[in-house]
Amino acid sequence: MSVATTTHPGGHEAHHPSGLLRWIQTTNHKDIAVMYLTFAVIMLLIAGAMILVVRAELFQPGLQIVQPEFFNQLITLHGLIMVFGFAMPAATGLANYMLPLMIGAPDMALPRLNNWGFWILPPAAVMLVLPFFLGLGGVGAGGIDTGWTIYAPLSMQSGWGMDFAIFSVHMLGVSSILASINVIVTVLNMRAPGMTFWKMPLFAHGFLYTAIILITIMPVLAGGVTMLLLDRHFGTNFYNAAGGGDPVLWQHIFWFMGHPEVYVLLLPIAGLVPHILSAFTRKPTYGYKAQVYSMWGIMFLSVIVWAHHMFTSGMSVGGQLYFMYSTMAISLPLAVLFFCWIATIWRGSLTFETPMLFAIGFIVLFGWGGLTGLVLADAAADPQYHNAYFLVAHFHYALYPTTVFGAMAGIYYWLPKWTGHMLDERLGQWHFWVALIGFNVTFIPQFLLGLAGMPRRIPDYPLMFADWNMVSTVGAFVLGASHLIFVWNVIKCVRGGKKAEARAWEGAEGLEWTVPSPAPYHTFETQPAVK
Amino acid sequence: MRGVRGELVLGAALALASATATAKPFWAFPDPVTPIARETLHVHNLFMAVIVTLFFAVLAIMLYSFWKHRKSQGHQAATFTQPNSRKQWAWVLAPFAGLLILDYGVFGVPAYHAVLSYEDTQNNAELVVKVTGSQWLWQYEYPKEGIKFASHLTTPRDQIDNKAPKGENYLLEVDNPLVLPVGKKVRVITTSNDVIHSWWVPAFGVKRDAVPGFLREFWVKVEQPGTYRGQCSELCGKEHGFMPVVVNVVSQAEYTAWVTKQKDAVAKDKELSNAVLSLDDLKARGEKIYATNCTACHQATGMGVPNVFPSLVGSKVITGPVEEHIKVVLNGRPNTPMAAWSKQLSDADIAAVVTYERNSWGNKTGDAVQAAAVGKLRGDSR
Repeated sequence: MSVATTTHPGGHEAHHPSGLLRWIQTTNHKDIAVMYLTFAVIMLLIAGAMILVVRAELFQPGLQIVQPEFFNQLITLHGLIMVFGFAMPAATGLANYMLPLMIGAPDMALPRLNNWGFWILPPAAVMLVLPFFLGLGGVGAGGIDTGWTIYAPLSMQSGWGMDFAIFSVHMLGVSSILASINVIVTVLNMRAPGMTFWKMPLFAHGFLYTAIILITIMPVLAGGVTMLLLDRHFGTNFYNAAGGGDPVLWQHIFWFMGHPEVYVLLLPIAGLVPHILSAFTRKPTYGYKAQVYSMWGIMFLSVIVWAHHMFTSGMSVGGQLYFMYSTMAISLPLAVLFFCWIATIWRGSLTFETPMLFAIGFIVLFGWGGLTGLVLADAAADPQYHNAYFLVAHFHYALYPTTVFGAMAGIYYWLPKWTGHMLDERLGQWHFWVALIGFNVTFIPQFLLGLAGMPRRIPDYPLMFADWNMVSTVGAFVLGASHLIFVWNVIKCVRGGKKAEARAWEGAEGLEWTVPSPAPYHTFETQPAVK
Repeated sequence: MRGVRGELVLGAALALASATATAKPFWAFPDPVTPIARETLHVHNLFMAVIVTLFFAVLAIMLYSFWKHRKSQGHQAATFTQPNSRKQWAWVLAPFAGLLILDYGVFGVPAYHAVLSYEDTQNNAELVVKVTGSQWLWQYEYPKEGIKFASHLTTPRDQIDNKAPKGENYLLEVDNPLVLPVGKKVRVITTSNDVIHSWWVPAFGVKRDAVPGFLREFWVKVEQPGTYRGQCSELCGKEHGFMPVVVNVVSQAEYTAWVTKQKDAVAKDKELSNAVLSLDDLKARGEKIYATNCTACHQATGMGVPNVFPSLVGSKVITGPVEEHIKVVLNGRPNTPMAAWSKQLSDADIAAVVTYERNSWGNKTGDAVQAAAVGKLRGDSR
């Protein structure tokens, strides 16, 4: 158990089937990761295209391009696809590829479960969008149209697009629970000898806690949507006041899932970013243990603050104060993470390759997202932000840097390991700067729109909101275009480029950089020893 | 070194926060006209000043590091990974102590007071108004005065479809605004007939959901007369963007006159419920009621929207027995956007609109439905 085996006899790889069957039957974590990531990027582009139609409609006051009922479907699917179709699969893809490489394991602990977990996703995505496209073709009333929050009793009125969405949410939930179980088992049992819990890479820590949150919250959402299905078709009254139920019950159930979901998306990236910072500052991670403790704090706090999404729904004074103060408490572990990230950068030897740029972009933009979250925690002023564009801008500053900038940082960082080629640095820099500018031009105006009183989820708006909406739309198209540069860059990198060494980045540390680039189909069949 | 920044940041933030107490920053809400709006604006300004300062202070530190610690400048990486002496620990922990004070002192205390005042709905309330959200209009009721009316968007469809130039108050104008007396504390109770709506006037600093089957409340005490506008802010279906809130705040004298006028109108409507009208009179009245309440879904042509909202032309309900037709209008269709109109329209209104539907767009039943027929079916549960 003392020698790291990184080369393999050629015959070993001939076992698996080729063509389509290779992908359908594969239990190899690298194959599955590639499928997760490809799926995520396709979903990103679809949901992005949907919101560009929305932004185009909002370019000017009046209805120009879409009618309100179609508009509602677009914003709903945009939210659901981005969260469940893009953000979570992207993180799972990164984990699938990199966790075994980073902890010195030959594969994920449960390879068949891994395969199943992925292959539930494409049918779930089809279920979600099928009614939408059928509706476009004149069949049925279209897709789910209640906003991604699916508030009852509006969700009682929708057509069968809602039933499809409910089934889809069930499948997505099963998929992420399977992936979570796999991550937990892998991280706890498959680490290389000598890699104790306190030597584990932060990425493994982050994803472990994400997995724990997920198996806490996803069953709750599944129960919630099942109750909705029963209300819709089987005469129960969970969310119907006339039958003894309560529409606000749905909000509690939804946000018990919906708020931790933010940290589900954050923690893997919060675990990933220190690796990148460390690599491009050529300096060890500052405050490793403090970061892990902070993640614990975030994991715990994430499930006890949900009703700060519901201050305007009506709540006792005590409830408001509790959810306000508990929400403010999250600022502490987050501040520890920021402190450690910046202290890692401080007095390093800095270079700014593409992964580093995206990591820094994440820190800066997410910093603003977090700070505006502190403002939203104020239960008394919250009604002025809630369901207005201020809120929209806030959660895009929280989620976009995390899921998109964070995932991009990870993909660019490990792309040489996956493809064996260095990426086109110039294209990468273009991608970053265009995305950064596009993002801010899109969402800074939305803060101002919200403060001026523009509600969210409206297809048309009063004239006083016209100017900033126009700016925001221009920004959104720039932002959308930036990701085409990304797709081109990845394709280019897969096809060729400068040969990458095993340690593709000068300052990169960790087991994944001890195997050749590209990483062979099977790695660490004999586990390496960690001192 | 590292810890000094926390203290500096906190100091600067507090200085800036007090400075903004007088000036109007770019992040301000619309001018506040109620005690709550003023208080929340104050808390908001404080929060914003602090977070903007914090953000740029930390960004400045990062940019300094990016500039100073570049490899291309030959900067060698340090190796520290944690504080190593008691003194360093103190410097590292100081910012977090500062953050705690910020959260639970600088922010927490004013926010605590604001929450208490926001929820102080019942003490000394001089007037009670009930707001009911409906797809897609607001109903206002003054229980003590016995006044009740609905408030619809009046922006013409042509403006929305870009066929006519948009007016000054595009999407923020209604037929019957809520009328409130200036300087009186008003307790507002919200509820809904169908889905969750949310009543919001930014200048009042209040937003409260209207939840079907439950009562929620808030209060306003508007200090300046004027017209204030807002919008529904909880997605409530297709016309969510088209149910504005307009409030006229007037002097006590004007308010009293307005109340008297409304009471007269209520009396007149009651008279109408006992009258028997001709088919043409009913149709003319019904056309107006249809235009304000029904066109959003069933369209002015009665054709509806294919697969979404049913057409009324030649429909079985319209051409079938009158009683069934009236019942659908009264009670709605459960779990569809078809609302129960019994609480929103009077017997005379429903009789008129049913007559109109049965005798328009090629429907020719010849029925002249009278208010008495509706009254008989009202309350009949299916």
